Amino acid sequence: MTTVTFYPDRLPLFSRLTDSVVIARRGLLGTFRTPQAAVPALISPILFLVLFRFVFGGAIHIPGLTYVDYLVPAMLIQNIVFGGMNSATGLALDARDGILDRFRSLPTPRSAAITGRGLSDLALQLVAHLLTIVAGIAIGFRLHVGPGSCLAALGLLLLIGASLFWVFAAMGLATRNPQTVQSMTPPFFLFLFVSSAFIPVSTLPIWLQGFASNQPVTVFTDALRGLTQGPSAQQATGHPAEYFVIASLAWCAAITTLFAAAAMRSYKKM
Amino acid sequence: MPAMIEIDNLRKTFGETLALDGLTFTADEARVFALLGPNGSGKTTTVRILATLLMADSGRAAIGGVDVREHPVAVRRMIGLAGQHAAVDETLTGYENLLMIGRLYRLSARAARKSAAEVLERLSLTDAAQRPVRTYSGGMRRRLDVGASLVGRPRVLLLDEPSAGLDPGARLELWSFLRNLLLDGTTILLTTQQLEEADQLADTVTIIDHGKVIAEGSPAELKARLGTETIEITLADPLELHAATRTVLALAVQPIESDLSAGRMTFKAHAGTKALPAAVRLLDDAQIAVEDVTALRPSLDDVFLSVVGRPAQPGDAHQGGKEVIKR
Repeated sequence: MTTVTFYPDRLPLFSRLTDSVVIARRGLLGTFRTPQAAVPALISPILFLVLFRFVFGGAIHIPGLTYVDYLVPAMLIQNIVFGGMNSATGLALDARDGILDRFRSLPTPRSAAITGRGLSDLALQLVAHLLTIVAGIAIGFRLHVGPGSCLAALGLLLLIGASLFWVFAAMGLATRNPQTVQSMTPPFFLFLFVSSAFIPVSTLPIWLQGFASNQPVTVFTDALRGLTQGPSAQQATGHPAEYFVIASLAWCAAITTLFAAAAMRSYKKM
Repeated sequence: MPAMIEIDNLRKTFGETLALDGLTFTADEARVFALLGPNGSGKTTTVRILATLLMADSGRAAIGGVDVREHPVAVRRMIGLAGQHAAVDETLTGYENLLMIGRLYRLSARAARKSAAEVLERLSLTDAAQRPVRTYSGGMRRRLDVGASLVGRPRVLLLDEPSAGLDPGARLELWSFLRNLLLDGTTILLTTQQLEEADQLADTVTIIDHGKVIAEGSPAELKARLGTETIEITLADPLELHAATRTVLALAVQPIESDLSAGRMTFKAHAGTKALPAAVRLLDDAQIAVEDVTALRPSLDDVFLSVVGRPAQPGDAHQGGKEVIKR
């Protein structure tokens, strides 16, 4: 005699959140267990910061700001991009090794495997950000604003990380191949370097300036500069903080809409 | 006997490739059902449809009477899936892997801990439970992977080529473990390319090719339909090979192959004719000393030859099928 059991076709209300946390825990544990991968990822932003500050800092003159004050916000955006490559590689590996298939065969929200990875990667980015800021302060970086503006900067930084995560998630899920993901790095260098991140846009060739002043990396870094350096940042960035914050929010909304849809489409098709 | 898995006229195409072509079968509760076929025959596609990972173009698939397309979440509450990869996290310990899967099966923290510990015990992995999976052998990983599909106490276990990539020892270990599972009434659907595996584990074997069922039955029934078995005899003195070949000639259905340097001859005989003892008796009567005799289990190719009338082409099918699944 078979016992008839009722298997509900719905998941608990908060399972999207609780299951993302269960999967995020896996990501964090994995990172702590493989320090040979995690430590270089945390050290390299500090190394970049120190190199740029002392190697290029003397050659680059920024109106209204010291170079280290100008540079730290850019290093934070760079943390998001470099951290994002790890998200993409991780998801590609999970897809290739059947781990996403396993998650998808469980009575858990389908999105939890992706949002869980997003949560743990954002937490790791936060650690990288804090280390970068501490190292920055050690070599002269200062916050020239009140605590409210600092919190706004941190909030915006996390929002940018969460939005860009979907770009990398889409990459990992569409390719399902860590090597292919690695081969897709060059465009990100283009975005990082053809921007206001390391040098003022006005020093670029005229034909590059239109792209450079409006592309997301410039908008994001200049928003962080405005929020952490106050009005004096305007001399370097050309617009008040509000301008860049609103533009950043618009970019975040556009990027999330486009790439979250792309990521989920690839994920469902797997 | 109620049918636990029902597949009715399932069709699925990937681009131009027809993966499932009206596949139809049922699997009974608390039995092992083997889906046997070469690479690219539609085994993985079938498992993925049952596991709600993939949607069929048409036809019906149900588990425990629940349609996989209409109620995927209810189906996922009933199934455990172990795919072709050992889908376990290398950096976590065995225990942590099972705990995570238990939580995702919606067990409470306490129930997940209990279930993880029980499964590790059944897998004989308790000693390795606190070690990262990275340090496990291939066989241990595979067991843990099957174990991960067990923590939610599923009614139906879907195993896609569970012994792929395992050495013979690890394979035997896995088989005995799977046999134990049946004691608690789990229904198992496993796919395999090896007749021997189906023979060892399954109550019912369904042979599929190009997404269609080409033969069904118990392992004994299928073997009876096979027609031939392969016999290999090694002589004590290789110089007697010629005489020996003439002695057993009447038993062979195809030309006898002989390997003079090894003193060994190989031939196919009609199954069920007790050709092996007959050959030994004939050689004994002719006073030819035998060092070793083996009856080789029929291979999947033998099954194909007898059922389809042509050999399986795993090489070609492999390429086609896997490429398609990736896209």
